[in-house]
Order: sequence, then C-alpha cells, then structure tokens
Amino acid sequence: MTKTWVTPGGVHPPENKHQSLTLPIGALPIPEKLLVPLNQHIGAPANACVKVGQKVLKGQRIADATGAVSVPMHAPTSGTISAIEDRPIAHSSGMSAPCIEITSDGKDSWIEHEGIADFEHSNPEVLTKIIADAGIAGMGGAGFPSAIKLSPGHTRPIDTLIVNATECEPYITADDSAIRERAAEIIEGIGILSHILGNPSNILIGIEDNKPEAIAALQPHVADSGISVVSFPTKYPSGGEKQLIYILTGKELPSGTLPADVGMVCINIGTTYAIKRAVVNGEPLISRVTTMTGNACGINRNYETLIGTPVSHMLAHSEFNEAACSRLVMGGPMMGFSLTSADVPVVKTTNCILAPTYSEIPEDEPAQACIRCGMCAEACPASLLPQQLFWYSQAEDHDRLEAHNLFDCIECGACSYVCPSNIPLVQHYRHSKGEILKAREEKVKSDHARGRFEFHQQRMEQAEKDKEAKRAARREAAEKAKASAATSTGEGSAADIIAAAQARAAAKKVSPEQQKAKFERSIAGAEMRVQMATEKLAEAAAEQSDEQKNILTAALDGAKQKLEQAQARLADHIEQHQELDSEQVK
Amino acid sequence: MAFKQITSPHAHAAQNTTKVMQLVLWATLPGLAALCIQFGWGNLINVVLAVVTSVICEAAIIKLRKRPMAFYLRDYSAVVTAVLLGLALPPLAPWWVVVVGSMFSIIIAKQLYGGLGYNPFNPAMVGYVVLLISFPIQMTTWITPLALLPEGVSHPSLVESLGIVFSGYSPADGVTGATPLDSFKHSSGLVVDQIYQSDPLFSQAMFAGVGWEWVNLGFLAGGIVLLATGIFTWHGPVAMLAAIAVMSVIFWDGGSSQSPGSPLMHLFSGASMMGAFFILTDPVSSAVSNRGRLIYGALIGVLVYIIRAWGNYPDAVAFAVLLANFAAPFIDNYTLPRTYGHTDRRRATEREEDA
Repeated sequence: MTKTWVTPGGVHPPENKHQSLTLPIGALPIPEKLLVPLNQHIGAPANACVKVGQKVLKGQRIADATGAVSVPMHAPTSGTISAIEDRPIAHSSGMSAPCIEITSDGKDSWIEHEGIADFEHSNPEVLTKIIADAGIAGMGGAGFPSAIKLSPGHTRPIDTLIVNATECEPYITADDSAIRERAAEIIEGIGILSHILGNPSNILIGIEDNKPEAIAALQPHVADSGISVVSFPTKYPSGGEKQLIYILTGKELPSGTLPADVGMVCINIGTTYAIKRAVVNGEPLISRVTTMTGNACGINRNYETLIGTPVSHMLAHSEFNEAACSRLVMGGPMMGFSLTSADVPVVKTTNCILAPTYSEIPEDEPAQACIRCGMCAEACPASLLPQQLFWYSQAEDHDRLEAHNLFDCIECGACSYVCPSNIPLVQHYRHSKGEILKAREEKVKSDHARGRFEFHQQRMEQAEKDKEAKRAARREAAEKAKASAATSTGEGSAADIIAAAQARAAAKKVSPEQQKAKFERSIAGAEMRVQMATEKLAEAAAEQSDEQKNILTAALDGAKQKLEQAQARLADHIEQHQELDSEQVK
Repeated sequence: MAFKQITSPHAHAAQNTTKVMQLVLWATLPGLAALCIQFGWGNLINVVLAVVTSVICEAAIIKLRKRPMAFYLRDYSAVVTAVLLGLALPPLAPWWVVVVGSMFSIIIAKQLYGGLGYNPFNPAMVGYVVLLISFPIQMTTWITPLALLPEGVSHPSLVESLGIVFSGYSPADGVTGATPLDSFKHSSGLVVDQIYQSDPLFSQAMFAGVGWEWVNLGFLAGGIVLLATGIFTWHGPVAMLAAIAVMSVIFWDGGSSQSPGSPLMHLFSGASMMGAFFILTDPVSSAVSNRGRLIYGALIGVLVYIIRAWGNYPDAVAFAVLLANFAAPFIDNYTLPRTYGHTDRRRATEREEDA
C-alpha cells in the first residue's frame, strides 16, 4: 500500500452517495433549446463566431477562445442558433451573461471529426493544441483551461501527475460512476497527459476509500502502466487540490504558488476522460457526467448531460417535486451555490444538481453569538483560526485578517458546517476577501495618483526655478550692459547697432539663384506627380468603377493645378530679376 | 421556478450552541451530586437561586437592549454561568450573597460587555471574586463534610437549609468547618505528616481530603464526558492540572513544615477539577488556539499554586482564571497555528510591511 499523509481538520458529513449510484449513467432526451454561456471557465469569455439563424452541427465551434486564458465553445447538438444575448447563468450572484442559444433540430448530427489513434507518436504540442481546441477546462469545479496546465514554460520539470478522483463532497457521484463505467478510457486519457508532460515519474490517482467499486474498476487497467491508484480515508475536504497534494505526497504547496511551481500537475479525473475523447475520438467537450440527486427528485442518478442543458430540463425528467424542495444547489452541499432559477444551463464545471427536501437540508437557523468554542479551528483543513477570522471580518480589520492568513482559506465550508452557532463563516470570509482586494486595488490607484501629483509638483517647482534662474541671468546681463554702456562713448555704439542689424537682414536674404533653383525643384516634383496620376488613371480606366475614376481624375487635376502654379511663380521670379538686372546695367 | 439564494455550505452538523450549553449543564451533575452528598442541600439551593436571578437579569437586560428575548434566553448561557457560580459558592451562604453575585456576573461581567461571546472575563468568576472581596466571612464559611460531622449532628434538612439561607439562622455547632486548603494554610510550623495525622480531614481521607476528593472526582467525571463529546479540547484542562502537579512536586520540599502540600492534595482539593474542566474551558474568555490554550491552562495552574502556597487566600482558581483572562489576547498574539503552505507561524498583529 502506498503511504498517505493525514491533513489536519476536516469533517465527516453524511455521504449520501448511494442514492445516485443505483442506476448506471443515463442520457436525457435532447432539450428543445440549449444555452451555452460564453464564460464557463476561469479566464476571458469566448467570442461568438456564429450568427443568429445560422445552422450548426453537433461539435461545431460556435465561439472562439480570446486571449491566452480562455477556451472555445462548441455546439452540443445540431440545430439553429436562435439567440446570442445575455441570459441568467449559473453563478452564485444569479447574474446574467452572454450566451448562445441553440434550437435543436432533433437530429443530433455530428460535424465531421477525426481523432489521433496513436497519440504516443504525436508531438505533445499538437496534443495540447487539440485539448485547447476541444474547449476543455477543469471539470472538477474551478474550470481552469486544461491546456494551460499542460503547456511548457513550467519553472521546473513536472515529476508528479496527480489525478483527482477524491470526490469528497457528499451526494456527488459523477466521477465515481464515470470511473466504474469508463475506467479504460480514463486511463487512456491519463496516458495522453503523461505523454504530454514527458512521462512524469509519479502518476497517482487519489481516491477516497468510500469508492471501492471505482478502485476495483481502475485496478485492471493500471497494471504495469506506472500509474498508482492511492486510496485514503474518507474525509471532507480531501479533494481540495492543496489537501490532496499533501495526502498523496506529504508536501505542502507553498502559499501563493501553483502545483507546477513544485513540479506537479493536478487534474480532475473527469477531465482526463474529456481529454481522451478529444484526442482519440476528435470530440470537443460538449457533454459531461452530472449527478442529479436529492430527495426532492424521484429519480436520483447520473446523466451524460449536454453542456447547455437547462437545469429545468433535468428536473423535468427526474420526477422533481418543487414544493418539497428546500433549495436548488449546483454542486455539492458543502461548496455548491444555490440557484435562484432552474432555467440556467449546465456548464462544463457542473458536477451535480442537488434538490434536497426540507428534512434533508432544512432552512438555516438564525446565527447565534460566536462563543469561540474552537470547533471551527478543529475542522479547518488549512489550520486557520476561523473564529478569529470571523471576529476581524466583522471588525473589518484587514491587517489582522491578513496576519491570520485569510487568503489561505479555501472556502471549503468545514468551519460553517461544525459551527454550533450557525454562523455563515465562509460568507464572511468571501466578503472580507473581496473588500481587501478592492482596498488593494484602490491603494495601487491612489499610490499612482500620489506619484503623479508629486511628480507634477516637482516639475512645477523645477520650472519655476529655471524661470527664476533665467530672469536672474537676464538681469545680470542687463546690468553688465548698462555698466559697459556707461564706460564707452554714446555715438559710436549707436552706429555699431545699426550696422549689426543691417548685417543680420542681409544674411536672411536668399540669393536669386537659390530662389530660382527652389522653384525649379518644386516644378519637377509637380511634373512627376502629374505623370504618376496620369498613369494610374490610365491603368484604372480599364477595370475600376466610375467612383474610383472620379477620384483619380480629381487627383490628376489637382496635380496639374499645382504644376501650373509653380510654373507661374518661377516665371514671375525670372521676370522680376531680369528687370532688376537691367536696372543695374543701366 | 424560483428558489432561495442561500450561501454555502448547505449542510450543517447537528450541533448547536444551545445543545453545547445543555451538555455542559448535564456534565455538572456528578459534581453537584457529590457536593450535595458531602455538604448537604446548600449548593443545590445556591444553584437554583443563582439560576432564577441570572435568568431574570438576562431577560431584563435583553429587554433593555431591545433584542428578541426568547432567542437569547434559549442559548442557556445565563443558566450555565449561574450554575457554575452556584457550585462555587459555599453551601448555605445567605441568599443575598448568591443574588448579588449572580446579578454582578450577568449584568456587569456579561451583558455590559455585549452579552454572550463578548465578555473578556469569565462572568461566574467575576461574580465570585466580587463576593469574596466584599463578604469574606460569608464566603469562607464552609460546611463540614458528611464523614466528619460530630456524633448526633447531621447536615440541615432542606427546610432547615432554606431557613438558614433566607432567615439567617445559624447552622448547628460542628456543621461548619475548615476545608483541606484552609487547614494547610493555617497549620504553619507543622510538617506535612503531622498535619495529616492531626487533622481528620486528611487522616480519614482516601487520598486527598475528606469530601473534597469526591467533589473533585465528580467534576473530573463530568469533564471527561465533555472532553469525549468534543465540547472542548484537552489542551487547557490538562495543561492546568499538569502545571499544578509540577509546581507541587517542585515545591513539595520533602513534606517539611514549609511544604504547601502534596500534588494529590492540590489536584483533588478546592476548585481544581471544577476549574480545569468547567471554568477555564469557557471559550469566550480563554485563549483561542490549541497552543494558546496550553499556555493559558498552564498559566492558570501556576497562578493557582502560587496563590494557594504563598498568597492570602486558601484557594485561587477564580483569581488565576481572571488574571489569565487578562493575558489571553497577549497569548493569542504569539500562538497562531502554522497555516498550510506557510513555513512559520505568524503574529496576530503582524502587518504586511513587517512580513
């Protein structure tokens, strides 16, 4: 057995996973309308590349990635683009965002696609490009574009690939059921990742020991593959990236760093399946396994769900009882967020739709006073002091919050889960994090403004000093001149001044020869332009439109006029000088 | 379809503050039972009087503060404070002693600071110390334990006890007596063995002091239950008891006439066990981190021993706890746990510029 390490804290909420594991992964009828949000991932939203009314095939690209951190979107089924506009999406704030709506034609006909059977012989960069083009973003929850994790440019070589099959949240069984049914393809996906990353020496699949069937399903496929399936005791939140890294390797990810900085890549097991489908089958990410569970639904099971499927469509096929449902959650009961409307679509990160009854997850009790009992500190997987963070969060004491490492909080909710006073601790932390980030931004801005103001002050002072220095110099010069004037004779100096002025005027005058040469040059230039314009017009005459011809003709006329003017000026000049010359002769 | 917007996590453990407080109350029962068996009805009367006074005071203040009465009374925190004070006060103390102490605990020490969760000092101990300083005679009159009552004398019955408490009748001769800690304090000049032989409090005891060892065992039992249910961690209580034990070993002095007493005597006398498991574990006024609670508990243990051995009072849990309450924020500053991903612990007052 592989050695594992034990994280501090953690909680053991009721698992509630069996309900959705009684049936295999199912498929829903294709919904009439699908709604694909342009931002389902961390990074810049994709940019729609289809028009309303356009017909699309299943798997056809409908939005392009924009910028380095972004993924494209693909049509989940064939049909017609019926709208590109802001719609409510699955977001904790209940906000609206740009979406592409596809009205399905019911045929579900694929676009032509082709995969690479022997990826071992493909260039890793080509494979990474395929993954990027397939629109794959982390399917465990964060939605970080997978191709970026795999791209070269790591500060050090990757020696450990961790595949996260922990699925520590209660109720969710999407990964569990996918492993049971698709272990071979998942392992193939891990093989692709391993190839891209240059065959890291450690490849670990981390899985909690409450999934014996999934572990058994993986075992035959990992024999002699260099992949180890590591199971460890079930405890929430073992599936947090930082926690899993510690459990499997005994190493902590230093605060503020990414796994790649310590030579690791951590990827969700559902994502490895999507990678296999993209590379080997040439299919973009247009569907995922989503758990539909909770006692307010008569049918609890996993579905291979098309991205963009409205949650209401899932509920409608799950014997949903709205009156009994206490809340609708996207994700699990620990970190999932509540949906205010069931019209929002399933996205690439949607691993679960939870519709509990009031007896399963009752209404929240009002919060009582914090008695600093410390149960939260015992539960915290990051060894924070949640009770102190709460205290300073209420006091908006940002310095203390940072000293207590607020930003190392992973918002797992273990503290709120155990809190006997029912305090929504995580909500307080989220709020404070937002406030601190805002304050930091404002500080940067105000520092910038202060710097600018100070520079301006300095510049004005310098300008004032320079002026003062000039004035002083002039005053001095004037005094000197006065003094010298007093010593020299008055008449002589006046004559000198006049002579000097005449000399300056003479110098400014240009000789007639120079003037003539200048005019001749401008005539030559004008002639050249006339010639070019004539040629262009002749060329254009054959093929271009009348409009073009008019423009060119106008340009030619202009050039001709300028030539005439220049010739006239030269003629004038010559005449004048001839007169002058003759006068001089006379 | 419209649904409520509720912040995560959605699941909650079944524990709540009311249940925590109720569990603490249940856990005091072995101690209370031992007190009643060994010293008569006095403590039960104290507890009932204190609870009634405290709840009335709490309700009045909540009303003054215009807060929802039922919601705040339901947390049982006033009852816990009252019960702890009632257990700490001497049995058969006059009713006004209990009432004044309870009022002080709830109104001054708790509600004036903002109510539950905001009091920097342990309310029950504030009430106790105010009484001890104001009414030293009433506060130091203890009852003789059951086993040492003179022939033909018994503890007053419930009715007699009520008469004593409310009408100021004096208990019968021989019913009042010294505690083991009193006895040690006032037996200077005798070596420990002589005290043990001459004083029946010790000569007839199992291992510490007659009656008191049972009371301390009762609180120890209740404390172990709370520890097992995870209401508090072991750090504070164990640190305090270990500190008392270590101090009494260091200064045992071979049982000479200068010796302040044996480790067992100190651990199982006075309010040692009640202090360790029911007083210093009050989370509101204690240090917050586990490491902090180790230091906090040890500090209380050391202070208890110092005051018992060389101070003016025979017992010292209340003073020690209040002094440690003062120190708690200071302890907290230096005892933050090391967070995941950090190489070292930080100070609570560290600012970014210092980092």
